[in-house]
Amino acid sequence: MTVSVVRFGGSNCDRDAVRALEDVGVDAELVWHEDGLPAESSGVVLPGGFSYGDYLRAGAMAAQSPILDDVRERASEGLPVLGVCNGAQIGCEAKLTPGAFTTNASARFQCEHVHVRVENADTPWTAAYDEGDVVTLPIAHGEGRFEITEERYDELVDADRVLLRYCDEDGNVTDAANPNGSRGAVAGILGERETVAVMMPHPERAALPELGLTDGRGVLEAFA
Amino acid sequence: MTAYTATVTVRLKRGVLDPEAETTQRALERLGFELADLRSTDRFEIDLDVADEETAADRAGEMAERLLANPTIHDYDVAVEERE
Repeated sequence: MTVSVVRFGGSNCDRDAVRALEDVGVDAELVWHEDGLPAESSGVVLPGGFSYGDYLRAGAMAAQSPILDDVRERASEGLPVLGVCNGAQIGCEAKLTPGAFTTNASARFQCEHVHVRVENADTPWTAAYDEGDVVTLPIAHGEGRFEITEERYDELVDADRVLLRYCDEDGNVTDAANPNGSRGAVAGILGERETVAVMMPHPERAALPELGLTDGRGVLEAFA
Repeated sequence: MTAYTATVTVRLKRGVLDPEAETTQRALERLGFELADLRSTDRFEIDLDVADEETAADRAGEMAERLLANPTIHDYDVAVEERE
């Protein structure tokens, strides 16, 4: 029962993810993408960072790595897969999840704490929360604006696949509380199976008690 | 075999916000230029040695589908010319 944290050239939240997972009692190890996914892997984290310098589009290059074929196949069999930040961009580029994460409406890199509202608590990632809970998580991205066609967005809403939305501290979804202009203020979205999720906020940066913010622990507990 | 250059132009679909283009437009306006709108595109020039123009266009189109463009947010077009 070991979660594979896949390291690409330019990943930089990989060790943070391992440490945070271990802090919530989940065994985790780094896996270099060229080595492929270990058969005994009990879950996958696609960590944050700037894989391949964000060349072409954030996540576009890493999404072509053959390990993503393994991840897609195992994900379709129910293996839990979480993409965070650059991992979320990779997840969308690799078609593990719908839509795309592109340039923030501000055209700036944004590094700040945000509030997100749990939209669907009936998933492994949000089982520790109640629907409507407001949690505080850090973001650090320049390309986090969730984009998708309106029709496809409506389908995702109808299928309850929006996991998290940016909101204010009281849980109101407003333009002012949407840090990057994401459609529907989407901060996290589910794949075809609820065991696959991507999110721009960093739960692993909000997991260690000594750092003060622990709202992200519940997301990582999905791997327990 | 003939030498071709396939030019793939990738642009955001109409209606998709382009913050970089907006920022560029504002910078041009600060310099005193008047303009109605501005769009940015990515252009890839791909040298191919293939049997005919159609093969060149097909191969470049597949490159766009699979990597150069993201169909969720992009449209693209392909133009093929013989190269010297």
